Amino acid sequence: MADSLTSASNGSPDDQSRRDFLLYASTAVGVTGTGLALWPFIHSMNPSADTLAMSSTEVDLTPIAEGQAITVTWRGKPVFIRHRTAAEIDAASQVTLTDLRDPESDETRVKKPQWLILVGICTHLGCIPLGQKPSDPRGEYGGWYCPCHGSVYDTSGRIRQGPAPANLAVPNYTFLSDTSVRIG
Amino acid sequence: MSSHKFENKVIQWLDDRLPIFSVLQHDAIDYPTPRNLNYWWNFGSLAGIMLVIMLLSGIFLAMAYTPNVNLAFGSVERIMRDVNYGWLLRYLHMNGATWFFVVVYIHIFRGLYYGSYKAPREVLWWLGLIIYLVMMGTAFMGYCLPWGQLSFWGTTVITNLFSAVPLVGDAVTTWLWGGFSVDNPTLNRFFALHYLLPFVLFALVFLHLVALHTTKSNNPLGIDVKGPQDTLPFHPYYTIKDLFGLGILLMFYLGFVFYNPNYFAEPTNYIPANPLVTPPHIVPEWYFLPFYAILRSVPDKLGGVIAMFGAIVIFFFLPWIDSSKVRSATFRPIYKQIFWIFVIDCLVLGYIGSQPPEGIMVPLGRVFSVAYFAFFPLLWVIGKLERPKPLPQSIAAPVLKGSHASHSDKPKEKA
Amino acid sequence: MRKFLLSTLAAGLMVAAFPALAEEAALPHQPWPWLGVFGQYDKAQLKRGLQVFREVCSNCHSLKLVAYRNIGYFGFTDDEIKDIAAEKQVQDGPNDQGDMFMRPARPSDRFVPPFPNDQAARVANNGALPPDLSLMTKARPGGPDYVFALLTGFTDPPKNFTLPDGMYYNEAFPGHQISMPPPVADDAVTYADGTKATKEQIVKDVTAFLNWSAEPELDVRHSLGLKVMLFLFVLTALLYALKRKIWADVH
Repeated sequence: MADSLTSASNGSPDDQSRRDFLLYASTAVGVTGTGLALWPFIHSMNPSADTLAMSSTEVDLTPIAEGQAITVTWRGKPVFIRHRTAAEIDAASQVTLTDLRDPESDETRVKKPQWLILVGICTHLGCIPLGQKPSDPRGEYGGWYCPCHGSVYDTSGRIRQGPAPANLAVPNYTFLSDTSVRIG
Repeated sequence: MSSHKFENKVIQWLDDRLPIFSVLQHDAIDYPTPRNLNYWWNFGSLAGIMLVIMLLSGIFLAMAYTPNVNLAFGSVERIMRDVNYGWLLRYLHMNGATWFFVVVYIHIFRGLYYGSYKAPREVLWWLGLIIYLVMMGTAFMGYCLPWGQLSFWGTTVITNLFSAVPLVGDAVTTWLWGGFSVDNPTLNRFFALHYLLPFVLFALVFLHLVALHTTKSNNPLGIDVKGPQDTLPFHPYYTIKDLFGLGILLMFYLGFVFYNPNYFAEPTNYIPANPLVTPPHIVPEWYFLPFYAILRSVPDKLGGVIAMFGAIVIFFFLPWIDSSKVRSATFRPIYKQIFWIFVIDCLVLGYIGSQPPEGIMVPLGRVFSVAYFAFFPLLWVIGKLERPKPLPQSIAAPVLKGSHASHSDKPKEKA
Repeated sequence: MRKFLLSTLAAGLMVAAFPALAEEAALPHQPWPWLGVFGQYDKAQLKRGLQVFREVCSNCHSLKLVAYRNIGYFGFTDDEIKDIAAEKQVQDGPNDQGDMFMRPARPSDRFVPPFPNDQAARVANNGALPPDLSLMTKARPGGPDYVFALLTGFTDPPKNFTLPDGMYYNEAFPGHQISMPPPVADDAVTYADGTKATKEQIVKDVTAFLNWSAEPELDVRHSLGLKVMLFLFVLTALLYALKRKIWADVH
């Protein structure tokens, strides 16, 4: 397009280079501006300020008896909190790491051994594994069993069988006291 | 258009199967445009760009908006406060409606001044009017969505217009509402239609362009293009001119968005809708005010509604009402004057529409409404009586035969 | 070109004149710090205004659209916000027993209204409903100037004016009869930052706070606007120069 105009132009070479400069400068500025202007549109789809503000949940642990588990919601996702028995803790800590698909020791996955806190979403394709209720199947390793595609997790929430590639995720949390924990 | 050959083999391959590049080359680059278009011709493409801005901001707003009477007001405020750049999207959309109408009104009056509605461009003119009507419907339904006091009462008043229709009026109004008053079903359907209609607009704009490129652009002289010496390729001459115009428009538009975003807004609409309390002063958005003034000028319900719709419908007959063979007002000394009187009449009607219908405003409204409708028969009479100035022989050589050349209006705008 | 620009300008002015013409008797303008292209909120003032709101206004008025976390903008630390929020109780639940219960408000909660619903608010206020203040400066013609005029507009009624019981005379209020008693006087609050709490100072500060409540995005809007306008100016100038170059051969 610029070429076709060159022939029509009867200006000096100086004139021509000035014109090229203007063409390139305004194109560069215009394209940059359009690009920047798209950001507010894209960013509006990210989590909003109120969504981010709700991103921590406080949980009272007193009602959970040993051997029981509860599910709480955090950022719209289920979080499993299990009060583990001594037998479950032993089972989790005595596994040899080389047997694991995603090797992690039990100590690195808990802050207090009796409290196991996990994001309750199967790392395969996002289903919620069974094992929270006493009547649920918990799989061969006494943890959780995902009914969608048969992934089996142990009492530390680590993947032991089935298609899932990784252990159940551990969310950020802090103990506010012995009986209260803040997730997020 | 199939004659165009592209150097790039991939483009040529695709173009042989779907001629998008040929069409672009033909209609956006080579398109022979009269060489004398002035800046008033910028507003068509500016309107197109405003439509795109409204579509974009609207789609992203819809992602955070909730069309429910209990949640709508709060969801708009959540957009303003919590959604990232939500305030920007919302103010862009809100002020965008204003500037879209500013641009479209200038575009319409430009067509009126230069006789762009006359043969062979009647269908082009009709399509433009249909676009304008759909735009008004879209804007009206959009104003309902924030569910503030004026959203609610504006919707109530305007939908009640349809109850003036004899026999079926009440049934039609109930059908529009989906209930016995403006309520959740109304809000829901207005949201659905407000989302749909802009895409209808987009299709209408496409047809408008097809019609334009069939009859080719009019120009400030209103005479036909005689040959290639009268035209310039659209690109780069008019692309750069339109882009410069866009820069100016954006300065106005964004200036309001960032520094006075509620200038054209009514404070009352920041009060949540309350079906039990009518605000003392209901005014529509400024772009409806002239028609609102006409509606109120007629002391009869059905008559007012007919006058208001008639004020727009009459424009469809303009190509036949105007009996002059000359297009451009540049060569029509009397028409030029009544054109400006008509413009002023519309502005005064707009002012009257913004005022409470009391005192002097009532008779003034009637006088200016009558003047509005008097424009059309006058146009027919003037066409018969007026002696137009001699027309130039061609666009490229606007040398006049007579002695008018020296002191007639400069036909070619020096840009 | 000049003709075009002039007529555009004239049209622009006409459009701009519409709402201006429609406006009623002008209120005296106050020199708010956020006015103008470079205008920004004064955060110390917002802090004082928040104090006035909490100690005075919030006894009757709600502020439902503002969350406690939002006042972080004034420079409060997370712990301070948490303490301010925790002074109020909100209903939550149901708990595991199926009961609703009260808990201290959290930063993510909206400002807790003084009354549970509109009816309760009316009963406590002689039948008048104290409006929510979140959008007050946007929802009244004149905005912050109106709020300022209203809060300083309490006077004795003119001689021939009969004021019903329980109503107060206010120069700025439409109809001049308002159910709200004069809310502030000199030293109605003791400012934490040592500012002298004259009546006018208190009204200014709380109006500033309410303007922020209605337009919390204003500071960002103004500073982003400046960048955008500068950018547009450069781009438009470049486009104009290029346009002249391209058209040079035609004329």
